[in-house]
Amino acid sequence: MKIMALTGNEAAAEAMRQINPDVVAAYPITPQTELMHKFAEFVADGLVDTEMVLVESEHSALSATVGASAAGARAMTATSAQGLALMWEILYIAAGLRLPIVMPVINRALSAPINIHGDHSDTMGARDSGWIQIFSENSQEVYDNTIIAIRIAEHPDILLPVMITMDGFIISHTMERVEVLDDDVVKSFIGEYNPSYKLLDIKNPITVGPLDLQDYYFEHKRAQAEAMENAYKLIKEIDEEYSKISGRRYKYVEPYEIDDAEIVLISLGSTAGTIKEVIDELRLKGMKVGGLKIRVYRPFPREEIKEFLSNALVVGVMDRSIAFGATCGPVCLDIKATLQGTKLSNLPIVDYIYGLGGRDITPRDIEKIFGELERIKILGEVPNLPRYIGVRGEEDYPEIRSKFKIKN
Amino acid sequence: MANLKELAQREAKFTAGHRACAGCLPAVALRQVTLSVNYPCVVGFATGCMEVVSTIFPYTAWTVPFIHVAFENVAAVMSGVESAYKTLKRKGKVNDDIKIIAFAGDGGTYDIGFQALSGMVERGHDILYICYNNEAYMNTGIQRSSATPFGAQTSTTPAGSVEFGKKQFPKDLTQIMAAHNIPYVAQASVHNWKDLNMKIEKALNIKGPKFINILAPCTLGWRYPAEKGIEIAKLAVETCVWPLYEVENGNYKINYKPREKKPVVEWLKSQGRFSHLFKPENQHLIEEIQKEVDRRWTHLLELASS
Repeated sequence: MKIMALTGNEAAAEAMRQINPDVVAAYPITPQTELMHKFAEFVADGLVDTEMVLVESEHSALSATVGASAAGARAMTATSAQGLALMWEILYIAAGLRLPIVMPVINRALSAPINIHGDHSDTMGARDSGWIQIFSENSQEVYDNTIIAIRIAEHPDILLPVMITMDGFIISHTMERVEVLDDDVVKSFIGEYNPSYKLLDIKNPITVGPLDLQDYYFEHKRAQAEAMENAYKLIKEIDEEYSKISGRRYKYVEPYEIDDAEIVLISLGSTAGTIKEVIDELRLKGMKVGGLKIRVYRPFPREEIKEFLSNALVVGVMDRSIAFGATCGPVCLDIKATLQGTKLSNLPIVDYIYGLGGRDITPRDIEKIFGELERIKILGEVPNLPRYIGVRGEEDYPEIRSKFKIKN
Repeated sequence: MANLKELAQREAKFTAGHRACAGCLPAVALRQVTLSVNYPCVVGFATGCMEVVSTIFPYTAWTVPFIHVAFENVAAVMSGVESAYKTLKRKGKVNDDIKIIAFAGDGGTYDIGFQALSGMVERGHDILYICYNNEAYMNTGIQRSSATPFGAQTSTTPAGSVEFGKKQFPKDLTQIMAAHNIPYVAQASVHNWKDLNMKIEKALNIKGPKFINILAPCTLGWRYPAEKGIEIAKLAVETCVWPLYEVENGNYKINYKPREKKPVVEWLKSQGRFSHLFKPENQHLIEEIQKEVDRRWTHLLELASS
């Protein structure tokens, strides 16, 4: 083990160096560029055996990765925002073909207006594409999650592609202390890749991607849904194994000061770190506040969420993207759907949309949110539409947030 | 070069029992190409007629490894397959000598797949890319592509009281591929198996990106009797609408020069898609087509003589 100072992008590149993929396809997009610069240096210095394919678009980047993976290679790529949007068609195909591709996604806002900074609009749109999605709070988690993801993706009972996300610039370009495992430890953890079916096994020819009509398509999609369920069961075993080599024990969701918390704020990615700071401050003032960070977003950690919210009196959800026209943001929708029909279905839940286009979320913003949740706890009046945090002119919008009182 | 008997005795890679139409010449082109490939190979397909008719789950007409991913990306997918092959071969995980072959129709090549194709050849992948060109989007119901000839009727360029069919001459993709300065580019036709076989064998012995554009008539889209396809393909070559030629390391070679170049009207009258051009008010369009065919043929002769 060694200690390194790495940005999120460099941490992903360092993990990729140790994974030593057979094929990496890359197309430049900010803020993912630095990751591939770093990895290209590893290739140039002969530190990896990777064949790098410097394609002419992100659509081709994922297509080449799909081809390489189907051929029998361990294949990776990485992208952000518009690049992920251009990959959209192939995201579903990679998942439908059950190819264990691992792809760091450096979260960035989607155009228009064009913006290069971090929010979750890109990967939230891909949440139903059949990819496993793992969010990282800092560079250390980017490094760890990227290595763990290889094992998840390639597990014979899962065989699904995995996105490892990090907040653009906030994590991708911030240098932090990262504990890096020894190369041989990573090598033996991920093992040799020997898929059961591969195009390059010419003695056992297979047909990949045939036309699949009314008589079989549905069974294949049903089996794909089951693979996601298997991932929900099996990721914890792989996390447990990883804790043995790293000493870092990851969970689907990470609670913070939650045992006696009456107010719980749920978040993903780098914001979870800011929330922990504020919780420490407010705890000193006697407020019973706690946090819940979702690490594994797909498959959604429904049982863990229910368990950790069982003592809460009010819940806030931080959504760094808008689900236009929906009743709330995507993370909040998932939380509400999870609690529906349980004894927690009357739990007041408030959605906070924040940080779009890289807008800072400050400790003071978080403090205000906890303050509002405290008032809701006492008064029982819950806004039934999302609250927008840190945006100018919010007070100018007509008062359409009719409030309803929680019974009992 | 393999003779007809040898070709006929080879084990089929693309087998009988696929679901192509009676008289489908893209299917004949596929059979000719795959019989000419006397190596282990992996084939990739763009979405299109040949992919659809050869792979309906749980059946497959392929006895060699086959992959289809989407419409516009077969060149990128096979770039990935070829890159995987290079690494795995280097690591000793694959020991066979395998040829990588990409197939797409004209829609998947001239139009939606063009960017990926241009990228694939620019990067220098060792792949043979075959376009089976039936001059329109036949799989979706005969819509015009940039390979569709001037004047042709398609579902999206119907002849009406004020319109006469497609208003543009086809993109000259073979020349565009030659302009990429890759080792081998060729045009072939399904009626001349010998010429096609020679080109496939030659291409597979060249390292790097290779592109072969094969004219393969479509009975439904071109509107001719199913048994006439081979004759019509031959007419395209005899009229110089579709010259057979190669560009090897930049050097042009015309493989067949008709002793007497037939007038283009013979090619046009063989197909229903051009029938409206024979109305008196459209006579000038036929003259325009003849002029453009002559211009392109003369230019090709110049390229081949310099």
